[in-house]
Amino acid sequence: MSGKRKSNTLTIMKKEFARFFKDGRMVLSTLILPGLMIYVLYTFMGSAMVSNFSTDETHMPSVYVCGLPESVTPVLSGLGVELIESETGEVEAIKQRVTEQEADVLAVFPEDFDRDVAAYDVASGAPAPDVTVYYNSASTDSAAAYQMVVAALDGYESMLANRFDVNRAEEEYDLATEEDTTGQIFAMMVPMLMMIFLFSGCMGIAPEAIAGEKERGTIATLLVTPMRRSELAVGKILSLSVIALLSALSSFLGTILSLPKLMGAASETMNASVYQIKDYLFLLLVILSTVLVIISLISIVSAFARSVKEAGTYVMPLMIVTMLLGLTSMFGGGAQESLAWYCIPLYNSVQCMNGVFSFSGNLMQILVTVGINCVFTGVMVFILARIFNSEKVMFSK
Amino acid sequence: MEEILSVQNLRKTFSLSKKQQRLEKSGGKIKVAVDDLSFQAYRGEVFGLLGPNGAGKTTTLRMMATLIRPDSGDVRVAGSSVCENPEEVRGKIGFLTSELKLEEFFTPNYLYDFFSELHGVDPEVSRTRKQALFDKFGISDFAEVKVANLSTGMKQKVSLVVSIVHDPEIIIFDEPTNGLDVLTAKVVTDFLLELKTAGKTIIVSTHIFSLIEKICDRVGIIINGHMTVCGSLAEVTGGAALEDRFFDIYKETVGDAV
Repeated sequence: MSGKRKSNTLTIMKKEFARFFKDGRMVLSTLILPGLMIYVLYTFMGSAMVSNFSTDETHMPSVYVCGLPESVTPVLSGLGVELIESETGEVEAIKQRVTEQEADVLAVFPEDFDRDVAAYDVASGAPAPDVTVYYNSASTDSAAAYQMVVAALDGYESMLANRFDVNRAEEEYDLATEEDTTGQIFAMMVPMLMMIFLFSGCMGIAPEAIAGEKERGTIATLLVTPMRRSELAVGKILSLSVIALLSALSSFLGTILSLPKLMGAASETMNASVYQIKDYLFLLLVILSTVLVIISLISIVSAFARSVKEAGTYVMPLMIVTMLLGLTSMFGGGAQESLAWYCIPLYNSVQCMNGVFSFSGNLMQILVTVGINCVFTGVMVFILARIFNSEKVMFSK
Repeated sequence: MEEILSVQNLRKTFSLSKKQQRLEKSGGKIKVAVDDLSFQAYRGEVFGLLGPNGAGKTTTLRMMATLIRPDSGDVRVAGSSVCENPEEVRGKIGFLTSELKLEEFFTPNYLYDFFSELHGVDPEVSRTRKQALFDKFGISDFAEVKVANLSTGMKQKVSLVVSIVHDPEIIIFDEPTNGLDVLTAKVVTDFLLELKTAGKTIIVSTHIFSLIEKICDRVGIIINGHMTVCGSLAEVTGGAALEDRFFDIYKETVGDAV
């Protein structure tokens, strides 16, 4: 009897795989498109961001100065900008040109700047001499020139009253290892992205395979065969999980491959090789058990729905909760310590991934998570089998 | 005659929506679809369930096929109870009704093998049986065409063949010739008679009098969920045409409101 039971589950799984893999459109829309879209989108976003924030290299910013003191002249002329001295009467006209993005920056110095600066006593509490610098933040050239001018003036100011230096020598002061940097970025980003990818992978197939079969009346044909309802439930959940996993993998590959392009120079400090085989193995276990949890949840919701469309609506709240749980990895001080947190399905997955990436996870947390997720899925399979047996749910019109 | 199927005091009710309660004059919250219905079928006979639309024929058949559970009463199929051992019953019957659909993505050939496997049929037996059934119904020509691309008649043939992959003892067909042209309908009725010759028990529900007269040994007339008359075709008709007899019985039961 038990041998026969196993074969029915396998028969259902074989059918689900045949349904999926022999359908070119399904393979295209679930396995190929998600990864490809993410890759194209992120690559495009990355290059758009780079071109947006970089200034025209050949452009020589035009910096208008009014009442330029002799002491500041060498500071500004060393910036590689076009310095144009102008009269006080021209200030309004030049401001207008900055607004129209024809001029980049206008700096107005008070009269007797040098004398006032020399006479100024910090302890007096009186307002210090004030330099006004006008710019236009809507123009990247103007904004860049503004920053250069302000930085130069700040530098000049601190030079005037130089009491001590910080980090003067040209050596590496940031002592964070490559491991730390990578761990920090991965622990923040990947758990959330992974949860979204896993969920959308599941959402693309489970409503179709359960609510869809119900809607089209094909599940009733299965229900009049001597197969057990639990075999149907297990067969569906296992096969859908495999497909969802492949779909999530596609999104994940798309992200990983386009990440260097998206993050630009920041990606140079990241190196995925800081993780060991053990870490990847933990990650795989967590992801596998998470897919089981998500698929079984969506399957149950779909079994209650009368159509694929209805199932999509019912799944939305679940999706929002999953995404919010994914966000918890971006806030708070790393993964939870107490094992009790690892007894909450979905949340435990996020915490485990966070732990693995930030090198703070331990085997116990992974085992509790995987164990809880498997038990949870078992309970869900039991409920799904009960639902398949309920005429009220299965045949409600 | 060996009794192989026994329907015992079957009752099934459905709850009504608020709107529907107002429409139903009775004002109750439930609609009794099948009420205290009993009948027997014997090995090797064709039993016909005759009744107008909404009489409870399909509900009765669905309970016999374990798709829905009776509120009370039981059906014993070759010794197995639909309430206690639904899985056993499913292995003994072949059920065909328009609400059981085949996945349109697959081909008749694939679906046959799939359902054969679910019924635990030996692969060797399955292969020869498939060949015979496909040849008989002319399915071989479109065995590798997706169900989605088949005509209504072809789909019905495939559904029929798929419902009997396991060579069941008892075959329950709900309106088997609905939507079929006369040629295909004849193939189906001839096949039912052939199954009967092979010793199978067949239950058909229909509202087509000629079908009953042609193939049924015994007939039960269901009106408003009750079994009004049940007996051999000759007993029920008393020599008259079945159609005339049916109207008489209907008048006696419901009144003149035909």
